[in-house]
Amino acid sequence: MIAYLDNSATTRPTEGVIEAMVRAMREGYFNPSSVYQPAVEAFRSVRACREAVLEKLGAVGEKLVFTSGGTEANNLAILGAVARMRGKQLVAVGRAEHPSVRAPFDRLRDMGHEVRALGVDSRGELDWGALEAALNDGASLVSCMQVNNETGAMLDCERLYRTVAGRALVHIDGVQGFLRVPFDMRNADMYTLSAHKVHGPKGVGALALRKTVRLEPAHIGGGQEDGLRSGTENTPGIAGLLQAVREMDASGLMEKKLYMVRRFLEAVPEALVNGPEPERGAPHILNMSFPNVRGETLLHALEAEGVYASTGSACSSRKKKVSPVLLAMGISPDRAECALRFSLSPHTELEEIDRAAEALREIYPKLKRFQRR
Amino acid sequence: MRDVLLVRFGEVHLKGQNRPYFLKVLTDNVKRAVRPLGGHVWLSDSRIYVSGTADILATAERVRRVFGVHSVSPAVEMEKDLDAIADRCAEMMRGLSGTFKVFARRSDKRFPVDSMELAKEIGHRVLEANSRLSVDVHSPEHRLNVEIRDNAYLSVGEIEAVGGMPMGTGGRAALLLSGGIDSPVAGYQLMRRGVTVCAIHFQSPPYTGELALDKVLQLSRILGEYGNGMRLYIVPFTNIQTAIHEKCPDGLGTILTRRFMMRVAERIAQKFGAQALITGESLGQVASQTMESLACTDAVVNMPVFRPLIGLDKLEITGIAEKIGTYRVSILPYEDCCTVFTPRHPVTKPRLETMADAESALDVEALVNEAVENTATEIV
Repeated sequence: MIAYLDNSATTRPTEGVIEAMVRAMREGYFNPSSVYQPAVEAFRSVRACREAVLEKLGAVGEKLVFTSGGTEANNLAILGAVARMRGKQLVAVGRAEHPSVRAPFDRLRDMGHEVRALGVDSRGELDWGALEAALNDGASLVSCMQVNNETGAMLDCERLYRTVAGRALVHIDGVQGFLRVPFDMRNADMYTLSAHKVHGPKGVGALALRKTVRLEPAHIGGGQEDGLRSGTENTPGIAGLLQAVREMDASGLMEKKLYMVRRFLEAVPEALVNGPEPERGAPHILNMSFPNVRGETLLHALEAEGVYASTGSACSSRKKKVSPVLLAMGISPDRAECALRFSLSPHTELEEIDRAAEALREIYPKLKRFQRR
Repeated sequence: MRDVLLVRFGEVHLKGQNRPYFLKVLTDNVKRAVRPLGGHVWLSDSRIYVSGTADILATAERVRRVFGVHSVSPAVEMEKDLDAIADRCAEMMRGLSGTFKVFARRSDKRFPVDSMELAKEIGHRVLEANSRLSVDVHSPEHRLNVEIRDNAYLSVGEIEAVGGMPMGTGGRAALLLSGGIDSPVAGYQLMRRGVTVCAIHFQSPPYTGELALDKVLQLSRILGEYGNGMRLYIVPFTNIQTAIHEKCPDGLGTILTRRFMMRVAERIAQKFGAQALITGESLGQVASQTMESLACTDAVVNMPVFRPLIGLDKLEITGIAEKIGTYRVSILPYEDCCTVFTPRHPVTKPRLETMADAESALDVEALVNEAVENTATEIV
């Protein structure tokens, strides 16, 4: 048995998802833009997924643009919205965002727009004063993540939308929140989600948006997705997303997380929780520092025991030694260097958590002996 | 008339009595390089020829990477008819402008026209057909080669090849391959001298991960393309590093680690039938590469240790790494040796006499045995 505790990097597609995708390729392979009966059937499947996702977001009747994943949806929302605005803009973005949000804002800055970074404290609480100031200065777009991918810190989306009060477009990156933390589209103008974080396939995600939002597409061509994302629809991926949405049930996640915190602290009493109090964070993400052992070393030692975790987001853990997100949250570099992220899914078994706790109990004291002098 | 690739070899000419052996090995290596493209390879009076491959330029690209090959030219093979040869030459030079020279060579003395005459006649014909060309016998822009052998061979220009000596003619050696920029270059330099090289990599899980190993596999694969694949030995090194870290003076950590690497490498090299070790050290680059440190590492092995980069600057090494295609892999960020074990202030001038003392706390033989016994082998 392996203990897979890296569900925020990706999840394993369920059997149901795999079957739905195989069926979409084997039988439903027709082009949804064609006009004969089986093709119309493919078109209906795409529509069924669109409706199911919007329903989950309390957004029946709004728009949903299928993309190749969270990154593309974030790019489309941020760059696409500003491209439709006239002149140089003031835009605001959280300081602990995922690279797929940070990078589009960097590009906006290169294009001459003004970008304000909104601080977050160690519990992930937004600097509301800075937001208000940006809005008073005329900010036209605000982008923040619903759930921080490294610490599980949750944004008060309702308060954000209420504060903005129509003065700017609000984009929420919901990749780590979708179907694990409730979300209502009444609290955003645009919302990003990804299939492979909820036991769907890689290569498909979506941007939900209010019908009133105007976006400049990044991919132009055949005019699919209401002209916002040309290209033949990824029908197997969309079929997989639909099945994942139907199956996903996040109840019981928080109990698992709290069990994990308890077991890990028993195993390594010196360990420190980073980010919000466990019960106040997202129900599936736990970030912990194990003092004096580098996260990367502990990760490989756990790997040898069949326990898989992460030192940060999978997208950045290959590059930087210390998580810029943890640093932005005011966590010291020494502590950030010793941080590991454990992330759960509804399918995580308690035995997996037990196994990880046992491995930590075994490994940590050994590695601690070899800290740098 | 058909397209062939003309393969010239350099230093192999010098090998006197051993010449047939070197040529046999070189021809076999060219055959191996060409095999994926099909075609036919043969040796005939001091040239190797390749014919029958679908893509002559792809063939040239593969053959120019065979050690021992000096240059290659895509050429036309045709009958030895002066008139037809001159016509064909004029045809080949039609699209060019500037200066040229005809390099004629008559190896078949039965051919009635000598080299001088041949060059003159062909030059005349080329000039007649193309008024934008003129002759410059001292520094021509274009070289038109005409060789009269069993057949006539016509080619324009030469593609420089890697040179060196045929792989397999220089014995066997074992390369300490870290994953950095230097060691693959060091291996390449010896391979280029005909040495069959195996690689030895020291792995320290959990301080290093699968990605660091993957990087070394990729480097071995790139180096292997210059020869006949490569054998990679992967040595588990964690226990040695932790033992040194716990029991020996901190400042000597690096040099003691190097000494253990050399000991283990020598034992593995013997298994491989190697007669020497190769390292990527360059004098003064880091603490373990001072003259004193090198003396301390050499002292634990009996085999010669080749350090082909010893006198090169980092920029020169980087230049070679880029040329041979290992640079882009070497700069990937995964660590090969954990900084946990790097002393804050490494001793730069260790004394040989202090080494034994520093190692007295360790069971050197047992640690080396354990590492050698648990070494894994990959063939890439």
